[in-house]
Amino acid sequence: MTFQYAPAPESTAIVNINSSNDLFINGEFTPGHGNPFKTINPATEEVLAEIAHANEEDVNAAVMAARKAYDKTWSKMSGRDRGKYLFRIARLIQERSRELAVLETLDNGKPIRESRDVDVPIAAAHFFYHAGWADKLEFAGYGDNPRPLGVVAQVIPWNFPLLMLAWKIAPALATGNTVVLKPAETTSLTALLFAEICQQADLPPGVVNIITGAGETGRMLVAHPDVNKVAFTGSTAVGQAIQRQIAGTHKRLTLELGGKAANIVFDDAPIDQAVEGIVNGIFFNQGHVCCAGSRLLLQESIAEQTIDSLKRRLVTLRLGDPLDKNTDIGAINSREQLDRIIDLTKSGEDEGAQRWSPDCVIPQKGFWFAPTVFTNVTQAHRIAREEIFGPVLSVLTFRTPDEAIEKANNTPYGLSAGIWTEKGSRILAMANKVRAGVVWANTFNRFDPTSPFGGYKESGFGREGGVQGLGAYLTSEETS
Amino acid sequence: MIGNDRVEVRKTHKLFVGGAFPRSESGRTYEATNSQGEFLANVAKASRKDARDAVLAARTGFNSWSKATAYNRGQVLYRIAEVMEGRKDQFISDIQDAEAVSAKKATHQTDQAIDRVLWYAGWADKYAQVLGNTNPVSGPFFNFSIPEPTGVVAAVAPADSSLLGLISVIAPIITSGNSVIVIASTASPIPAITLSECLATSDVIAGNINILTGDPAEIMPSLASHGDVNALDLTGITDPELQKALQIEAAGTVKRVRSAPVNPDWQATPSLSRLRAFTEVKTVWHPLGM
Repeated sequence: MTFQYAPAPESTAIVNINSSNDLFINGEFTPGHGNPFKTINPATEEVLAEIAHANEEDVNAAVMAARKAYDKTWSKMSGRDRGKYLFRIARLIQERSRELAVLETLDNGKPIRESRDVDVPIAAAHFFYHAGWADKLEFAGYGDNPRPLGVVAQVIPWNFPLLMLAWKIAPALATGNTVVLKPAETTSLTALLFAEICQQADLPPGVVNIITGAGETGRMLVAHPDVNKVAFTGSTAVGQAIQRQIAGTHKRLTLELGGKAANIVFDDAPIDQAVEGIVNGIFFNQGHVCCAGSRLLLQESIAEQTIDSLKRRLVTLRLGDPLDKNTDIGAINSREQLDRIIDLTKSGEDEGAQRWSPDCVIPQKGFWFAPTVFTNVTQAHRIAREEIFGPVLSVLTFRTPDEAIEKANNTPYGLSAGIWTEKGSRILAMANKVRAGVVWANTFNRFDPTSPFGGYKESGFGREGGVQGLGAYLTSEETS
Repeated sequence: MIGNDRVEVRKTHKLFVGGAFPRSESGRTYEATNSQGEFLANVAKASRKDARDAVLAARTGFNSWSKATAYNRGQVLYRIAEVMEGRKDQFISDIQDAEAVSAKKATHQTDQAIDRVLWYAGWADKYAQVLGNTNPVSGPFFNFSIPEPTGVVAAVAPADSSLLGLISVIAPIITSGNSVIVIASTASPIPAITLSECLATSDVIAGNINILTGDPAEIMPSLASHGDVNALDLTGITDPELQKALQIEAAGTVKRVRSAPVNPDWQATPSLSRLRAFTEVKTVWHPLGM
């Protein structure tokens, strides 16, 4: 039996998108000096707005504003007062949460259910959590007198635009740094709405600067000599380029890069729960998640049964209008990303893996990719090694826990992992052996501002969130 | 004095790799001299191949050492201090030769080096309690964060503190379960070689600590670009161009890099920053439910 759903679209009346958008420098919206570019709704390919493109002059102005704010205001302000601004921002995000959620869904293509229930509330929670740290840093374990670093350059990706902004800006401001942030080219709008929120909060000018643009703007920002720290979330290739770019300088660096997480299911796992976890692990946010559970490792004895259950579950997923409250799978963020997913899935078939997708109607316009499962995948296949960053699951099998660990760790990445078993001792032993920064046992894709997030190996270094995340923005207490 | 007319038995100064004392595979040596330029010994000059061999040994050492209990790691570190204490006179004489310092200063450096090992021995079963914690997440989950060793670390000891500086680099790396390949002070390598003899008799797992003598500018690039090295400690790299080149190489596999400290004070009580630099925080979530 098939359930019929009436359309349940979220209204877009709450958002008011400017047809052209300026940069946010020194507390004011300022025209950019590069050639503006257009941002589109990936679900319809309609142009949403024109966005200013920051050139070198604009990057300089933004860094100068951040430096001035750091020297004159922010580094001199008491932690208590810095915290009050962060509390204000947290509250403003909550107050304008529906507007932010709708705007995020329009610009990014993610289902409104996710932007409304995950991205925006966790973004607010990040500011609320870090607000409380601002006047307690001497208790955080970084010495008696932890000091801010100065001006921080932050470059963020398009998969969680507002949430990644919050992960970056909240700890930087709480620790007394000032910020120049560049959102991803395809998803600038919520960052610009956040700039308005900074104005509403009366945040001192220059403490947060938002410059929009493409890769070149990011490179100029990272290279700016007056930047003290770089924080980047994105692909491993760009992260490596940044690591090379800042070599020989005194800039501090944190990188949150790609992943190819193993989601390991043992034969004693609660299969129905595990299937929900597998679905959430790889199809959440169209699989545009660096910690996505993109490699499913099934114990051989339950492989067939689990794949059958998984396929039955996937048939019920609803792909389509991201603004519809019943939508599970939204649009792929860009043509470029869609092409990459198509290329990698084609390699999966070419290399001999077996491809399956549920029947689903793909909208005529926009960028879409049906949830896809590959079975008969070997470790040598590209789809088992490379990050696809899309709704594509590669299924491998194992016999023993040792083999599961061997396969799980057989990747240059090390961001996250999932473990499904009812046996407590096995969970702890597996969690101990898997080389990944976040381990979800009998759950997946959980995020919280108190919980540090970040990778091992080529998934990057440094943590975001929790007490460990503060260290990325404070002078270390080192004497030798 | 009876010994005056006895011809002494001199030592061959070799590398320390995988718990053994090989010569450089290249067959090369260089002259270690005192500060007046007088000959002390021919010291093995490690090659890039020696460095690669050391990585293999360090990875093997890591696989055992990282599984040792914290209590056990603490005891092995304590054991190092015990054996060093027994070799104190030799260290003092080595340091006097190498650094042209008074007996008093050499004694002080040796005392501090032994005490530093002890300091870290005590940290082995405590740092995880200080750098880790549970996290009060907003939901029905138990969530905790723990520091884990990064893996194989390639390090360069400082040039000017031949024993204390060396120990201050090695000890924090191994305390948390990492393995290390350390290049000793090029100008003053002999205290490091004496240390390797202490390590060989201290229950240190073979390959956990590997000491190379030679030129960091020759050896380090191959370690910085090596796929099985996880982190670099550039403490002893004073040439900014070399430091930059190594940082660039490190990006190839996103290695963690601890840059050379500015005017390091080896006498001061260390902070936790070295322990932090070579650990990775792992966070584990599990649902709560009946």
